[in-house]
Amino acid sequence: MSTVREVLERRDYATIGHIIEPKSRVLDLGCGDGALLAWLKDNKDCDARGVEIDRALVQKAIARGASVYQGDMAQSLSDYPDGAFDYVILSQTLQQVANPVTILREMLRVGRRMVVGFPNFGHWSVRLSLLTTGHAPNTSLFPFKWYESPNIHVLTVLDFEALCASEQWTVEHRIFLAGSSQVSALANLRAEVAVFVVRK
Amino acid sequence: MKDYALMIANAQMVETQIERFEALPLDCGSVLTPVDIAFETYGELNANRSNAILITHAFSGDAHAAGIHRVTGRPGWWDNMIGPGKAFDTDRYCVICSNILGGCAGTTGPSSIDPATGQPFAMTFPVITVPDIVRLQKMLIDRIGITRLLAVAGGSMGGMQALEWSVAYPEMVAAVIPIATTHRHSAQQIAFNEVGRQAIMADPDWSGGSYYLQRPPARGLAVARMVGHITYMSDSSMKEKFGRRLNGREALTREAAGFDFSAEFEVESYLRYRGSQFVDRFDANSYLYITKAMDYFDLSAGRGSLAAALERAQARFLLVSFSSDWLYPPYQSEEIVRALRSRNRDVAYCELSSQYGHDAFLLEVEEQTELVRGFLNSTYQRVTR
Repeated sequence: MSTVREVLERRDYATIGHIIEPKSRVLDLGCGDGALLAWLKDNKDCDARGVEIDRALVQKAIARGASVYQGDMAQSLSDYPDGAFDYVILSQTLQQVANPVTILREMLRVGRRMVVGFPNFGHWSVRLSLLTTGHAPNTSLFPFKWYESPNIHVLTVLDFEALCASEQWTVEHRIFLAGSSQVSALANLRAEVAVFVVRK
Repeated sequence: MKDYALMIANAQMVETQIERFEALPLDCGSVLTPVDIAFETYGELNANRSNAILITHAFSGDAHAAGIHRVTGRPGWWDNMIGPGKAFDTDRYCVICSNILGGCAGTTGPSSIDPATGQPFAMTFPVITVPDIVRLQKMLIDRIGITRLLAVAGGSMGGMQALEWSVAYPEMVAAVIPIATTHRHSAQQIAFNEVGRQAIMADPDWSGGSYYLQRPPARGLAVARMVGHITYMSDSSMKEKFGRRLNGREALTREAAGFDFSAEFEVESYLRYRGSQFVDRFDANSYLYITKAMDYFDLSAGRGSLAAALERAQARFLLVSFSSDWLYPPYQSEEIVRALRSRNRDVAYCELSSQYGHDAFLLEVEEQTELVRGFLNSTYQRVTR
């Protein structure tokens, strides 16, 4: 998922920073080395916490002063009381979790809003790859052989919109990114990465 | 009253100081009058006294946590973590460590003289608890003139004290660092302590605890320490350190085997050595009282639940456990982390990879340094902002 990670890490900060209000309580799921948490703390004065499963990344995050603990995303969420956070962020792993809808519901129990970013499987390059090669898409956005991919629940912009509708969640913001710019028209075709801000 | 800020500022050499208090009320209902506490300080207290860190020692530790002791010439028990540029950086922070109540290294304990009789307390010493130990530490911190500690940090039983600090005096601690510890002993942990106590009490020289004018129960205390050392290591660290290696021999043969129960294996002689060494520096009755205090410790007792207890805490938490620690296994730290989450408290946690078992908190310096330094730094920024 290196490409999406790069995309998110380079541009997402400005994006998420634009969305998240100063002094918010934020929980970052799969926070990696805590770079986003540190950014939120330094630039937005947020009370930012994070959970990460990878020990080495947890060590890095704590070493940079972030309140990060080693643990499983689903169990960590279930421990928290209702409304513990203003925002719960899931910035790149929705398509990799075992029970995405359970996770999303928990995010909206624990947080007033959730910020969800994911690579868009509806992007034209993915569609073209399948159409022209007949193989499972292997693109710069999804750079894996089918048997090596950590992405077990790939989704498109439309899929996420449909889920929000059926769960009766309100989408407050939609940010669609392609390359270094935002796109608005034909997002499901053109967006490489989608970031949604959703509340109940 | 002495000017402690000035004393600490001037302290370049490491030596143990003693402070006396008129009375210490205990959980058991008794009052110790008077009570002494031995402590050391490293680094300078800043002008607004916001950079003080209390280090709480483990079961057999003492006040000499860092530096070279002026009298004994020995390095402190956590010297690799405390000092200029180290994890607990004495160029930035003022670090304080005191010997625990019930100990035998300067603080009042069963080997101290009971002023009522002029004799050592021995088994007339009142039962003590971890909250009692912390209460005495708090009196020392009050007297030094510190209203809020930057952090309380300790491993093993020191971690229990750090946890107790966080809920007993929540307004007095900005951060706590409990390492390789638990909020209460499991049956297995109590069981190992009981073996140690029984080894001491089974030694005829123990004499009901009144051995101070005679021979101490050295054999019992040494056996107790041998059991302890086994629990501090791991299967793999013992395999690496000793394996089945023999003393002064290549292999066991029928001709060469002693069958005299001398220390043939290296692990046997190591344990015997550590046992006998311990006898020279530790009091058997302190062993009994302190292990009992550990077994009694339950952060949730009288506070509803672990989560309800931790709800009182205002501090940030950094918990650290070690993958091969089977005496204080990672799940015990995780229980605390989960309880903190359920009350939405600020907690960082990492299970470090180590093969050293429980001893890892004294040996895994590099990785602990990275965590502690970053955590303290961000806490200090918040406190001083």
